[in-house]
Amino acid sequence: MAADGVIFGRAIVAGDARGEALVTDESLSFWGGYDFRTGEIIDRHHPLAGVRAAGRILAVPFSKGSSTTTAVLLESVRAGTAPAAILTTGTDSFFALASIVAELMYGKAFPVVALADADFASLETGMHLAVDRSGAIRLI
Amino acid sequence: MLTLSPRDKEMLDGRRGPAAQFAMQILVRMADVYEARELMDISHAHIDSAIYLGDATLEFAERLASLGARVAVPTSLNVSGVDECGWKDWAVSPDWAAKAARQMLAYEKMGASPTWTCAPYQTAMRPSFGQQIAWGESNAIAFANSVIGARTERYPDLLDICCAITGRVPAVGLHLTENRAGQLLLRLTGVPAALQQDDQFFPVLGHLVGKLAEDRIPVIEGVSVSPIEDDLKAFAAAVASSGRVALFHIAGVTPEAPTVEAAFHRRDPEQTIDITVRDLQSARAELTTTDGRELDMVILGSPHFSLAEFERLAPLVAGRRAHPRVKFLITSSRLMKEAAHEAGVLAPIVDFGARITVDTCILASPMLPAEIKTLMTNSAKYAYYAPSLLGSRITFGSLADCVRSAIEGRVVRDDSIWQPTV
Repeated sequence: MAADGVIFGRAIVAGDARGEALVTDESLSFWGGYDFRTGEIIDRHHPLAGVRAAGRILAVPFSKGSSTTTAVLLESVRAGTAPAAILTTGTDSFFALASIVAELMYGKAFPVVALADADFASLETGMHLAVDRSGAIRLI
Repeated sequence: MLTLSPRDKEMLDGRRGPAAQFAMQILVRMADVYEARELMDISHAHIDSAIYLGDATLEFAERLASLGARVAVPTSLNVSGVDECGWKDWAVSPDWAAKAARQMLAYEKMGASPTWTCAPYQTAMRPSFGQQIAWGESNAIAFANSVIGARTERYPDLLDICCAITGRVPAVGLHLTENRAGQLLLRLTGVPAALQQDDQFFPVLGHLVGKLAEDRIPVIEGVSVSPIEDDLKAFAAAVASSGRVALFHIAGVTPEAPTVEAAFHRRDPEQTIDITVRDLQSARAELTTTDGRELDMVILGSPHFSLAEFERLAPLVAGRRAHPRVKFLITSSRLMKEAAHEAGVLAPIVDFGARITVDTCILASPMLPAEIKTLMTNSAKYAYYAPSLLGSRITFGSLADCVRSAIEGRVVRDDSIWQPTV
């Protein structure tokens, strides 16, 4: 995180969110990796297995694995167990689509912001962050 | 900046009906995400969205169907959440079965073919080399791009059906020749042909490559055997489970890789990594989560068991009986089960004690009763996902190991070819 506590990314899906950061440098499949009933990461191969991501700002480089990742995320929005925002490295179409469809279906989108590698690397679990529509991420 | 064709605009404006408008709205938003300049035509779609997870997937499907959605191109369907004819034999609740069946019906009403399989490339709807398609289902995407040379982006659920309804996709990514070049060179070094001929080799290699590739297109050099189609199917399923691989090249094997240089479009690899026997041994070990011998069920068929796989299994089980304590389940498609029956290879498998579930699998349908805790499989995809999704313990082994274990009623593996050499 820069000295002024602000980094700027590309707002893939624009929106506002606040929450505690949950950061991993390992990619994640939400199908087989996220329980939308509990908001918990369940992929036994993933270092965050057993950690609840619901309501947190999840920083994960990109999605991997199943195409059903989007459907699991949509279910989690409906169930109120989705992350508050998702921060990635490259543009991740899976996370973006889930948010776009959630907005169309339920009027509830979550921000998806793509960050430069160095900015992503500056994030740490436990930081309190605010994401805004411009793609700015502030330490609060 | 995205430029739409007149027909795209008609869909977006609602002049081609509310379903095409809904689908085109999503497609246009996604074209912006992909930073596409235009949309392009596809001539086939494969829909992963038909899998029932809960209320949201069902509401999405029924919203589209109620808007009068129709697919614009030939469209196959991936697995559903229920085996409509067989679910009562398992732990599926009537409520789940009813909702999953409603979701199946919604997609059938849109005009998609009821293939209900995660191996659509082994049906009559197999695409051809160079064909532009929009496919969901990670294993099918990897197979279609890599083994067939058809062209699809890595489409997620909910978008695949929008592409099918509009017949359009953002003109980006793996649809375009220049984005299909290899990026990462993986060299098999000192991996003997005897090991490569083992039926565990390709799924284990796929599991390892998926982890090494991250978000890059891998090129594998050093395969000295001629894999059969089901080997490549197992590789594709594994590489797209442990990783995000949508396209791989195997030099001398897959159609866009007659040589390593061709696979890289004559450019240099971004990185080169050597793969040794030791790396493969470690990767294989990761696919097993128990060191116990207890066994409740042998599970085969992720991706769905093919006719050729039924034909290979039949002589291994003919005249034998599975141990009464061990269930033996094969997940396949209704078409493939019928083909196996007609070929005369289903009877010895059923006589052995095997059961066949069609249209779905143990990961897509909550069918396994709680007392089934320990599984054995020859599928790296089952081995990857079952511990997380089902909470089960699993052993990965060869097809012959799976059969022998089912007969003996406990896990037995012939590991001789995989033993570390000092």
